[in-house]
Amino acid sequence: MWLSAVITILITVGIIWVLLSESISFFQVVPLSDFLTEKEWTPLFADKKFGIMPLVAGTLLTTAVAIAVALPIGLTIAVYLNEYAHNRMKQYVKPLLEILATIPTVVYGFFALTVVTPFLQTIIPSLAGFNALSAGIVMGVMIIPMISSLSEDAISSVPRSLREAAYGMGSTRLQTSFGVMVPAASSGIVVSVILAISRAVGETMIVAIAAGQQPRLTLNPLVPIETITTYIVQVSLGDVPQGSLEYKTIFAAGITLFVFTFALNNLSFWIKKKYQEKYD
Amino acid sequence: MTNSDINRLKDKAFQFFGIFCTFIGLVVLAIFLFDIILEGAARIDWDFLTSLPSRRASRAGILTAWVGTLWILVLTTIIAFPLGVAAGVYLEEYSTKNRLNNFLEINIANLAGVPSIIYGLLGLEIFVRQMRLGGSLLAGALTLSLLILPIIIVTTREAIKAVPRSIRDGSFALGASKWQTVWNQVLPASFGGILTGIILALSRAVGEAAPLIVIGALAYVPFTPSTPLDEFTVLPIQIFNWTSRPQEAFLTNAAAAIIILLIITFMLNGLAVYLRNKQQKKIKW
Repeated sequence: MWLSAVITILITVGIIWVLLSESISFFQVVPLSDFLTEKEWTPLFADKKFGIMPLVAGTLLTTAVAIAVALPIGLTIAVYLNEYAHNRMKQYVKPLLEILATIPTVVYGFFALTVVTPFLQTIIPSLAGFNALSAGIVMGVMIIPMISSLSEDAISSVPRSLREAAYGMGSTRLQTSFGVMVPAASSGIVVSVILAISRAVGETMIVAIAAGQQPRLTLNPLVPIETITTYIVQVSLGDVPQGSLEYKTIFAAGITLFVFTFALNNLSFWIKKKYQEKYD
Repeated sequence: MTNSDINRLKDKAFQFFGIFCTFIGLVVLAIFLFDIILEGAARIDWDFLTSLPSRRASRAGILTAWVGTLWILVLTTIIAFPLGVAAGVYLEEYSTKNRLNNFLEINIANLAGVPSIIYGLLGLEIFVRQMRLGGSLLAGALTLSLLILPIIIVTTREAIKAVPRSIRDGSFALGASKWQTVWNQVLPASFGGILTGIILALSRAVGEAAPLIVIGALAYVPFTPSTPLDEFTVLPIQIFNWTSRPQEAFLTNAAAAIIILLIITFMLNGLAVYLRNKQQKKIKW
């Protein structure tokens, strides 16, 4: 049994070893400085350029759109369910919202491409068929339950006495929520947002279907872009010979992605640990 | 208007905004399901379920895809279930508070946050290349097992944690060993919770496409797999493939396949919720 627990460490070691060993041999051909500073990513073309920045920009762009959608809505839901809604309503609404998190992401991708993009094109005629905007919006819908349920847990663990003191001073529910409860639960809310960002950064199928496959260093959400994850899928679908430089690029892209999510996850642990027991 | 009137008005306004936000997610979900059913339901018939993939959209079916999904489900369960439960039992019942176990816990939490596509890269290098399994069912199931292992471990631990101390003390008082207590008392008492966790983990595995694409699962497989070493495709990959084609007819196929995938996912989740409620009703400590 001890062995089965230690397997989890082997998985981590395996991930790091696999990513490192393949990307080290990649970085022997392509200098790390080029990888970080070059502004174009064209490993599959004749004129090869290996700058990761366009892929990182694409990833951050879709993530930013997703958080812009999910944070206000998710936080409002958390506050509403905590301070305004009846318990009965909470009981029914929460599991319904959780359904959003159980739908496979490839299904969300289909939705983004066939429903959201055509709809947005009627409002923004210049919107391309593949774009970061609709992929980001749909990704945002997907992570609403993540932010709402984690933030709700954080808000409901704020001691009753704080809330009652606010009401005792004559505050409205709104003032109590945003003047007392949300600031008191801020570390938990920040953790929920960080985890949501980490989820959005690693999301693959929605962006692979709806955001396009054109690495582009831009902040314009209306044009096709490519994320790190989409690039890995794109290479996996083609027939790139194993062991070639093109093949190694997906591990270099993978380690970039891993560093991002690893940093975000550990940041959230750190915040949780540091600020958790303030009220006990 | 006095200040307090304004504040009351703001309060009311936020209440409506809250209701709006709460329902917008649900409305999007409803529109979405309605759209899929409208587009795909008419396409589902016996032939669709029993036909092989084809270049012509009207003749293509999802036989290989759902058989592949079923294979993956069974193999993943066989691999991940014993490993995850054993690790959960160890961490909750046997481990003492020391550096290694502390590290184990942080590590598991970290693994749960690793994007699924990274597991695909791991599987590609270890199972597909080093172990020479190729893009086979076994390589796919092993990769997905690693992916859902953290989920199973966490839910197993929570189920075991819910078993009260008194049950263990009673067992020890009767002279049972640690292992006898775990096997005869703790595991049966927490089984419902463990099962719920495993079903939820499997419903996650069923919907995964990215790691399987990376290890080389194919979009077009002309026959159904018959051994774990055969090449395969699964429903999410089939959906991805059809969605990325320009012809309208393939989108209809994708919608129909999505209905089947959603039925499987919702059934697994429903089963998990049902088991959890039943467990909560049955046992009152």
